[in-house]
Amino acid sequence: MTVTEEQVRRPHTVGATDPRSPDDHGALRRAVARNLTAYGFLCAALICFALFSWYPMVREVVLSFQQNNFVDPGVWVGFDNFRTVIADPAFRSAWLNTAAFSGLALVIGYAVPFVLAVVLNELKHAKAYLRFVVYLPVMLPPAVAVLLFKWFYDPGAGLFNQALDVVHIPPLSWLDSTSTALVSLVIVSTWMNLGTGTLIYLAALQSIPGDLYESAELDGAGLFRRVWHVTIPQTKLILLVMLLLQIVATMQVFIEPYLLTGGGPENATVTVAYLMYQYAFNFGDFGGGSALGLMLMIVLLIFSTVYLRVSREEDAR
Amino acid sequence: MTTTRRGLSLLLVAGLGLVAASCGSGDANKPAADADGPVTITVGCEPPKSNPKERQAWEADVATFQKAHPNITVQGKDAFPCINPDTFQAKLAGGTQEDLFYVYYTDVRKIIEKKQAADISQYVGSVNAVKDLRPDVMGVFKDGDKTYGLPRNNYNMGLVYNRKLFTQAGLDPANPPKTWSEVREAAKKIAALGPGYVGYGEYSAGNTGGWHFAAELYARGGSMVSDDGKTAAFNSDEGKAVLENLKQMRWDDNSMGTKQLLQWEDLMRMMGGGKLGMMVGAPDVVQSVNNDFKGKFEDYGVTAVPESDGKSSLSGGDGYMFNPKASPEKIKAGLLWLEFHELTPGKGQFDYARSKEQGRPVGLPIPDLYGTSAPGNEITALRKQYATVPVDNFAPYVAAQGNITNKLEPPKAQELYAVLDVAMSAVLTRNDADINKLLGDAESKANKILAKNT
Repeated sequence: MTVTEEQVRRPHTVGATDPRSPDDHGALRRAVARNLTAYGFLCAALICFALFSWYPMVREVVLSFQQNNFVDPGVWVGFDNFRTVIADPAFRSAWLNTAAFSGLALVIGYAVPFVLAVVLNELKHAKAYLRFVVYLPVMLPPAVAVLLFKWFYDPGAGLFNQALDVVHIPPLSWLDSTSTALVSLVIVSTWMNLGTGTLIYLAALQSIPGDLYESAELDGAGLFRRVWHVTIPQTKLILLVMLLLQIVATMQVFIEPYLLTGGGPENATVTVAYLMYQYAFNFGDFGGGSALGLMLMIVLLIFSTVYLRVSREEDAR
Repeated sequence: MTTTRRGLSLLLVAGLGLVAASCGSGDANKPAADADGPVTITVGCEPPKSNPKERQAWEADVATFQKAHPNITVQGKDAFPCINPDTFQAKLAGGTQEDLFYVYYTDVRKIIEKKQAADISQYVGSVNAVKDLRPDVMGVFKDGDKTYGLPRNNYNMGLVYNRKLFTQAGLDPANPPKTWSEVREAAKKIAALGPGYVGYGEYSAGNTGGWHFAAELYARGGSMVSDDGKTAAFNSDEGKAVLENLKQMRWDDNSMGTKQLLQWEDLMRMMGGGKLGMMVGAPDVVQSVNNDFKGKFEDYGVTAVPESDGKSSLSGGDGYMFNPKASPEKIKAGLLWLEFHELTPGKGQFDYARSKEQGRPVGLPIPDLYGTSAPGNEITALRKQYATVPVDNFAPYVAAQGNITNKLEPPKAQELYAVLDVAMSAVLTRNDADINKLLGDAESKANKILAKNT
């Protein structure tokens, strides 16, 4: 009879009906004792998550089915809050604007950081300096960045119209026109998040083995062919992950319409998150605000599920 | 492992329990304390430390009050601004709302409807000043025969103008516009002073556009809602005239500047910067422009909203309401404090002798809580006696008051204002805006809102 390695490691296993012998418990206790500090840290994080992330989410779900004045116990009203917000004339505009914002953010905000990362990766000199310059806007608090753009967009003395004037292009209304307001918000958002996106892409680009590029160069491939045949295939998964993350982030757009346009002109920049804020804080209708929040959460949950699957796939690579 | 899991679960449950516990505590159900027993009240809108003069005056008042009422302790809660709508619901839900919380007129109706303030009807009779308060002002805090709060400040809307720019444009600052066509003419002249000068500024975002629409509509004799409050009434000749006038100033006269979608702070900043000629606003605008936006009292004047003579003006102001969970003892103590600090001529906020001594502005025609009743006349005399700001600049506004009725905010005010922001932003950003269609759309949206039973 040969003694297996498994038997050596677990010599005292009694039988299948009682898998945990007293010694097993002892080993577990020792393992727990060894990792006590780690569990402590884990607990702290879990409590923070429970208090500040999970509890508000549960509360939001509850509130969306209640009429609540925060004085008396909430009254269950079924789907009334949902009916109220769906009947709101701004509801349709809010979803359309949110979808349009996300779409435009993908066209502008998704491509620009990738192109920038490719260019930065190809540069031979001043790489570190340029990376810093590109990342710089991320360090500005979002409110400051948004208010800075408010000045840039000023139809009279604003930087953008002054620049257009130099090249003899008539001034644009930027925020004051229903046709340009939403695009203007996308530009701000893209500028604010450019650095983070670029750095993530840059990290992905630098993990591509150099010999792939060398082979491509030996085969006579120029920049565009190298990007097309090496860069894009090698960064396919991170591109997909970033795409999903960007959709999730841009659909929650709030600060830009809140600070720049107040949802105007003519509701052209009212987004779901902004409407949610209006319900909760301007109209004092937390039920309506929560109902909108829940709807947005469900939509984002779908994208998040896809994101988790994709990132799991990437981890498995 | 089971033990660890159980431990983790317990911790989580304990954490959630803590949150749940923080979400509701009050003393409404506690037995009433002895009438002379010690009672502590928390009061909102204590001036912040960054405003040392007002803070010092508040603390002196608390000391004087507590000396007269040794069983009452007043705990001020400072904040700037005094109320942030974003935190109101959260404070109420979290049980941290003050016993006497500060509130703007705009929010009073909503708070009463949602039962988020205590009914003080059975205690308010102890406040002597109440019988002299303007009925329209007290009306703000009443719902039927029930009372839910007391006022601290009251004014109605007017037209704020920059006297310095009037002079520069060849206009007479002592004779401000009385009609909208005079406003148009004056605005054109001010805008003609050069690039960056705006003759007349107007809001159109963040619900402020709808708010000013209501102010201008009332001044023309219009109404936001029908008498029973169930349907919208702003799609009227007066409503059309408000939008038509703005459209003409914006596109025909080019006197309103190119930058629109302005919200509350934007016009204040423009006024303080000295390049805005006129805006609809109350005397408190001048105070805010002076205190927070680097304007100087002497450069600004206030008159009535054009063409409002014999009609109405949207009233505004602020006051205090009581936490719905406050005990009767706290309510009684709170009423004593409010009577002393907010409603007595020569005391608290009306201690103009002290204000002058501290170098604070005295002489604005607000608050107007009593009209021409005895305490009102006493306050006016004290204000005149200790005036530190040029009172003549507000004379046209004061003179018009006798012939203008204060009119309250409409029901569902913020929701209606949000709807009317759309019409205001349209006429100010699009020269082909169809006023009839805009008002028709707004009317049907407003009717849905008014029909809603929440």
